[in-house]
Amino acid sequence: MRDSFHISLSPGATAAAVAALVLLPIALNAVDQSFYIVLATRILIFGLIATSLNLVIGYAGMISFGHAAFVGAGAYTAALLIRGGFDSAWIAWPSGALAGALLALVVGAVSLRTRGVYFIMITLAFAQMVYYVIVSLKILGGDDGLNVPHRPVIGLGVDLRSDAHFYYVVLAIFVLLLAVLRRFLNAGMGRAIQGIRDNETRMEAIGFATYRLKLSCFVAAGAVAGLGGGMIAALNGFVSPSLLQWQQSGLLMVMVILGGAGRFLGGMLGAAVLLGADEILSDYTTHGSLGVGIVLLLVVLVSPQGLSSLVRRQLG
Amino acid sequence: MKRWIAAMVMATALAAPAMAADRIKVGFMSTLSGPGAAIGVDIRDGFDLAVKDEGGKLGGLPAEVSVVDDQQNPDTGRQIVERFIKRDHDDVITGMVFSNVLLPVMPAILDSKTFYISPNTGPEDYAAEKCSPYFFVVSWQNEDLAAAMGLVMNDAHIDTVSLIAPNYPGGRETLGGFKRTYKGKIVDEVYTKLGQADYATEITTIQAAKPKAVFFFLPGGMGINFIKQYVSAGANRDIPLYTPGFSADEDTIKAVGDPMIGILNTSQWAADLDNAANKKFVADFRTAYGRTPTLYASQGYDAARLIDAAALEVKGKIEDKEAFGKAMHDAKFESVRGQFRFNNNNYPIQDIYLREVYKDAEGHVTNKTIRKIVADHVDPFGARCPMK
Amino acid sequence: MPLALIVEQLLNGLQLGLMLFLLAAGLTLVFGIMDTINLAHGSLYMIGAYLAATVTEAAGSFLIGILAAVIGTAAIGAALEIALFRSLYRRSHLTQVLATFALILIANELVRIVWGSQPISLNMPASLSGPIEPVAGFRYPAYRLVVIVAGIAVGLLLYVGVTNTRVGMWVRAAASDREMASAMGVRTSRLFTFVFAAGAGLCAVAGALLGPLLAVQVGMGENILILAFVVIVIGGIGSVRGALVGSLLIGIVDTAGRAFLPALFRVLFPPAISSEAGPALASILIYVLMASVLFFRPRGLFPARG
Repeated sequence: MRDSFHISLSPGATAAAVAALVLLPIALNAVDQSFYIVLATRILIFGLIATSLNLVIGYAGMISFGHAAFVGAGAYTAALLIRGGFDSAWIAWPSGALAGALLALVVGAVSLRTRGVYFIMITLAFAQMVYYVIVSLKILGGDDGLNVPHRPVIGLGVDLRSDAHFYYVVLAIFVLLLAVLRRFLNAGMGRAIQGIRDNETRMEAIGFATYRLKLSCFVAAGAVAGLGGGMIAALNGFVSPSLLQWQQSGLLMVMVILGGAGRFLGGMLGAAVLLGADEILSDYTTHGSLGVGIVLLLVVLVSPQGLSSLVRRQLG
Repeated sequence: MKRWIAAMVMATALAAPAMAADRIKVGFMSTLSGPGAAIGVDIRDGFDLAVKDEGGKLGGLPAEVSVVDDQQNPDTGRQIVERFIKRDHDDVITGMVFSNVLLPVMPAILDSKTFYISPNTGPEDYAAEKCSPYFFVVSWQNEDLAAAMGLVMNDAHIDTVSLIAPNYPGGRETLGGFKRTYKGKIVDEVYTKLGQADYATEITTIQAAKPKAVFFFLPGGMGINFIKQYVSAGANRDIPLYTPGFSADEDTIKAVGDPMIGILNTSQWAADLDNAANKKFVADFRTAYGRTPTLYASQGYDAARLIDAAALEVKGKIEDKEAFGKAMHDAKFESVRGQFRFNNNNYPIQDIYLREVYKDAEGHVTNKTIRKIVADHVDPFGARCPMK
Repeated sequence: MPLALIVEQLLNGLQLGLMLFLLAAGLTLVFGIMDTINLAHGSLYMIGAYLAATVTEAAGSFLIGILAAVIGTAAIGAALEIALFRSLYRRSHLTQVLATFALILIANELVRIVWGSQPISLNMPASLSGPIEPVAGFRYPAYRLVVIVAGIAVGLLLYVGVTNTRVGMWVRAAASDREMASAMGVRTSRLFTFVFAAGAGLCAVAGALLGPLLAVQVGMGENILILAFVVIVIGGIGSVRGALVGSLLIGIVDTAGRAFLPALFRVLFPPAISSEAGPALASILIYVLMASVLFFRPRGLFPARG
């Protein structure tokens, strides 16, 4: 019987995709379009964040409407550390991940006692609380946010001030974390969490500690989101509260659903399509969102499982 | 599509590094949607008018102006500025309305040695130690118009006042400028949320405190809402409103109407200023757009004329950044406000006037200039700037 | 603290609460009966405001403007229900989120294309644009009083409609148990269209009434949408009574918080803390309230279902 939980990626296709991503900056530099390296980097970072949300929504079945809070927590932590003189990315980024994880622990511990739409609203409420606290504190820059004076330092001959170097570092982290995620989802705990998504009562009856499993997932996703936030802070050179607005959480959810919730590359696909479309369209028209909205509606009607399954269907 | 092809052609033609410029590329990023949109649209219209008047050229070079909306969002602004710098290689960037969008993106612009001409916000951050030969402000330093109003209120012996502004750098600086010159007692200093729509709470609090007057800084849609709600509560009968010209110009007047009559405001420009450049500007603007320009439009217009004059002075060799920058600093153009020159930090030295909203002979509600408050007003930060 | 100040702020809170109720009522019924998350509810409010502004300008009468807005928005609501929402009822909440999020984007852009990016003006009728003075020394804007009265009137109408008419009975039955109601003969599909259109109409009333006070601009629905969701969660999904209690609670708590907390903090704490903590707490107060209510009553105050 085919294991419906197992994620199988064809090795050939995966290698080809990674190779393409590695060669991208070289190709872009050759046609003097180095600006797009930054865009690609941004897509990778948001793809990572969206994948972390996919873990929560798609694989664990918890519809969290407050994910932007973890991104913001990581971003602000990294920003404050770099501003405070802790230049090393080895400190700033893991600290961002830790901040995201801790916040997720607190939010999750309380929110996971509720279900359904109440869970959605409570995660939203917590995210709003974090947003308003950050906006109100002058030490965090209030509405204007904080400048990040320079990019963090990694050492090992890598200079993050170069857009290409930054891209490769992000790519490496991205591929690494996705490999870890796949390992996790194919192993015992990963299957358990999907079992909980499908039928929590049964899993409880069998004897799984469902609350603890869900919380662990939530915290892991928060950590990755925090890491993503730290990388965004370094890429942009500033952090602002707009990273934490509920519209951002909504956008992340849309990325996941669009790409395919519960599909391995769902988050990545959704991020690439949304950010890419936004960039391309904004060059030609200020009404790009109209096109994006229509496309989203079409996806809903034609392929409710998201783009991932659409692609899969086309490939036979 | 066209830009892709052009870029490819340029790349394959293997351009030598500092090729002589055959056109001038301007990245115009402003707030064209949301509550601050009226300001950005006016600045853009003023800028476009000046370029059109020169036949689509600035300084004799064909001008390629790329107009993009920052949606008053620093993240959007950041991405657009990156595009301007890294993909389009713009020579000049201009247009931003709000300091909370400007401040996060300026480091990237200055690092790339691209010129920025501010047609609106003039934050103190770049007026003192961090002044730059690439940063020019063609409008005012954020404290200027408020400081002038402080002088006016001193003269009128208004000894108690309540202050209100949105909580962002521009807001705090404006009130700071007022406090620098005003000698009376400040009863209350209220900071609202940027973009806030409902001021019922604040208006009630102001009325309870009973100051002699209110000085408010609420640009764009915020001011419109505030004035409408203030008058609706009848507060203006006891506590008159004073404001810098931002909330008393044509855009606000059009939205609020008669209740605005009597509001005193300060401005570096007025539609009835009597000089040749202004008369042409106001007439051309009315013909082109069917409305009277605001001070924002005059700022956008002057920004384009500054770039034009500087490019002319270097005879089109804008790729020589040092010469181009020096020519900008010389500011050899006829500003529509009359006298104009730059302080050592590239902020304006100019006259400031007192205006009053009134109903003219044809029944239109508009501004009339009462008197000049101060001549050759200089911002208080120039001494700390190391540039000469 | 003077009594007049407290009364004024309470009235402000009442006004906010009543307008929130108009939005929350429709939202809670759609959620309760059709089990559908509609993120585009705020867009209906925005369309109502735009229609009101345009018709008021053209016809010269605010009353006609409101009427046109209600009819127009209700019609749009009905059309949306038939064309799109019917296929969403059976789908997962995730799909509904995606679809209605897309609707927000589309609505914002369409409005921008038709009316432009700048806020348009909707002015209150001249006769109401000043204050009234019911008691000597106490002034309150006439227009806000009219909004309060209108809100109460619509609320009463809704209450009477839901409790005393046949349609209202069907609505309550469907909110309580959709399958059973259908089994008992309630024409669910027509009822759903009606509920959706009625919700849209209520949004239009709120949009039209608030238009003269706030700006009529693209995206105006999003922030009030969040408040509406908080209201229906506190009130209990599917319950109009819950929506009323919830919105009044939120309206008053939010206004009182913004009005009095900063002052209170200034009295209790040194300026370094109070200047930040006061406004911060004021903004998160309603979320703290929601979290607390859910802690004690996980399904809200008046859940419609058992």
